[in-house]
Amino acid sequence: MIVFLLYAAIFVASFYIVKLVVQKTTTDYTSLKTVTFGDESAVRPNRIASFVSIGTIFLLWGAFTGSSWIPGFLHAPGPFMGDATFTYTATANGQQPDDAEVTIRVFEVGTDVEVPIVDLGEGWAKNDADTVGAWRSGLVRVDKNDEYGRDDGHTITAVNGNPIKPGDSVETDYGRVGMSAKGTLNFEPSKGWQMEPIWLPSPEAVVARFGDIAANGYRGSSLWAHLGISLQRVILGFVFGALVGIPLGYAMGLSDWFRGWFDPIVEFMRPVPPLALIPLVIIWAGIGETGKVILLFLAALWIMAIAARAGVSGVAISKVHAAYSLGASKAQIMRHVIVPNSLPEIFTGARVAMGVCWGTVVAAELVAAEQGAGMMIMVASKFQLTDIVLMGIILIGIIGFGIDILMRFAEKALVPWKGKI
Amino acid sequence: MSGLSIENLSMRFDLPNGTSVQALQDVSLQLAEGELLSVLGPSGCGKTTLLNIAAGFLAPTSGVIRLNGHEVHGPDAERGMVFQKGALFEWMSVRENVSFGPRMAGQREAQYGAEVDHLLEVVGLRDFKEKAIYELSGGMQQRVALARCLANHPDVILMDEPLGALDALTREKMQSLVLKLWKETGKTIILITHSVEEALLLGERLVVMAPRPGRIHREYRLPFADLGVGQDLRDVKKHPEFAEKREEILGMIWDMEEEIMGRSEDSE
Repeated sequence: MIVFLLYAAIFVASFYIVKLVVQKTTTDYTSLKTVTFGDESAVRPNRIASFVSIGTIFLLWGAFTGSSWIPGFLHAPGPFMGDATFTYTATANGQQPDDAEVTIRVFEVGTDVEVPIVDLGEGWAKNDADTVGAWRSGLVRVDKNDEYGRDDGHTITAVNGNPIKPGDSVETDYGRVGMSAKGTLNFEPSKGWQMEPIWLPSPEAVVARFGDIAANGYRGSSLWAHLGISLQRVILGFVFGALVGIPLGYAMGLSDWFRGWFDPIVEFMRPVPPLALIPLVIIWAGIGETGKVILLFLAALWIMAIAARAGVSGVAISKVHAAYSLGASKAQIMRHVIVPNSLPEIFTGARVAMGVCWGTVVAAELVAAEQGAGMMIMVASKFQLTDIVLMGIILIGIIGFGIDILMRFAEKALVPWKGKI
Repeated sequence: MSGLSIENLSMRFDLPNGTSVQALQDVSLQLAEGELLSVLGPSGCGKTTLLNIAAGFLAPTSGVIRLNGHEVHGPDAERGMVFQKGALFEWMSVRENVSFGPRMAGQREAQYGAEVDHLLEVVGLRDFKEKAIYELSGGMQQRVALARCLANHPDVILMDEPLGALDALTREKMQSLVLKLWKETGKTIILITHSVEEALLLGERLVVMAPRPGRIHREYRLPFADLGVGQDLRDVKKHPEFAEKREEILGMIWDMEEEIMGRSEDSE
């Protein structure tokens, strides 16, 4: 909630700051328009906003994970570390109530720690010392070293002077002291606002993990082998899907028999999410490469068939008539009119199909695989290696984005007339 | 015999709801070689149907079309077609569009190259040869369509409202160009238009068609096309006879339109 409010605050504040600074320096045509609300052409992504947006994500990520990339004063309050102290008051059969001090060393989990050495103090209740990991909690058996133990009716009545009974808790400067149903104290050092690395590792931890895996690999394969195998599956599945789907779409667009025959199949298969086919494909073809490629083939096939069919059906009859009047044969019309005319639709389909294939391959690898981007994050999540999971998600996102950029680039180069007619 | 002859052409469309539309009834026309015939008429008078049959895209219910003595069946390079818009191939450059016909006929660059370049020069697109179609204005696109048709050496050119999508100024310039091309090439041309002025300016002969059933209503022989060659078309329009003919034909078409409206109101 706090994070969300901070995010909204940065959004609004940066808007006003940037407007104030930039408005005076912009001189493009849009700045002369008096009507921009409702004018679609006046709305272009503000690149400054994009940079601030990405910066904000990293800033918040760093601030709430105590990242060393972010100056310390921007860090959200971290968990308490160091020696925490509180006092308790205990009674025992026939004894006067006595006070003693507890010192607890809160340490970063994963580092070595020694129990602090304390003076036992006076009275029958002795001072205690113990350790608790940050973000953890631990029982503190304060009665262990006291002269009168539980057998003598040792009962804690107050912490830091505040009365306490089983089930209650007392807030101290260093964290919460609670009492279990059996009367044992437990100490939970204050967690601050930062996320524990097991939930959200800091950005530098993710980068460090990326460097480590890029150099040493993960689960017996290099990082590039994992990503490469996923990409290879996508490309193979897509190519087979296009090789079958495009001719099928053409046939459906040109012949009523093909159209009638395949319409029910295509129309039925199109809305079936490829993910729903994973179990069936695993039963039929196993979890190996064949199964993956078959799945992606099926994911791409219907999309490409429908795109090719739309491309053929979308040809203006006047173009076909013109070609006939210019003396072209059927084969020439196919090659010089119908196929090029369908290319924009096919490229649109290809972009969609590549996106779907990339999503499907990751999902299929999550279910079962020996290599691959999805397998990497699935296995990492089983071991609570959140940094690998995050790294994997970021890489999958970058590759998916890269595929789309490449497809757009190819589209611009190969069908420059798209959308301009 | 040479020229185009349309003999007793009838066309009936049977609609899925059981009724039928008589698009053309007993239409006959003779065009000598090198004649320019413009066809006018209210919407639904069957003029586009007539052109589609002449081009070979539709088979008539009865009647025949003969070109230079032989019967016409299906589309052929001997009958070129210029459409209103959208019939150019966007994936080809201007020059590739114009050379489409010769290339499909298997000619080599050496055979058609010089003529294609000449045609592009004639229609004023010499500097736009390698441009893409979508980079051209509407008027330029129609110039490409004209050149593409001419490059294929058709005996007859069928024009289906070729200037209908252009703005008024471009349209005037293009009318002069059509006249010039007609005179220079001596092609037989059938031009369908919605504009009475255009029909008068360009047509050596003018046919007014009437709807329901589509038939020939009146035929005129006009002097303006010959006057318009080498003369400003605006001067031709000032001709008293031009204004008189325009009013006469406009009145005729208005009457037909009103009759259609009246009839459809009665039937409601």
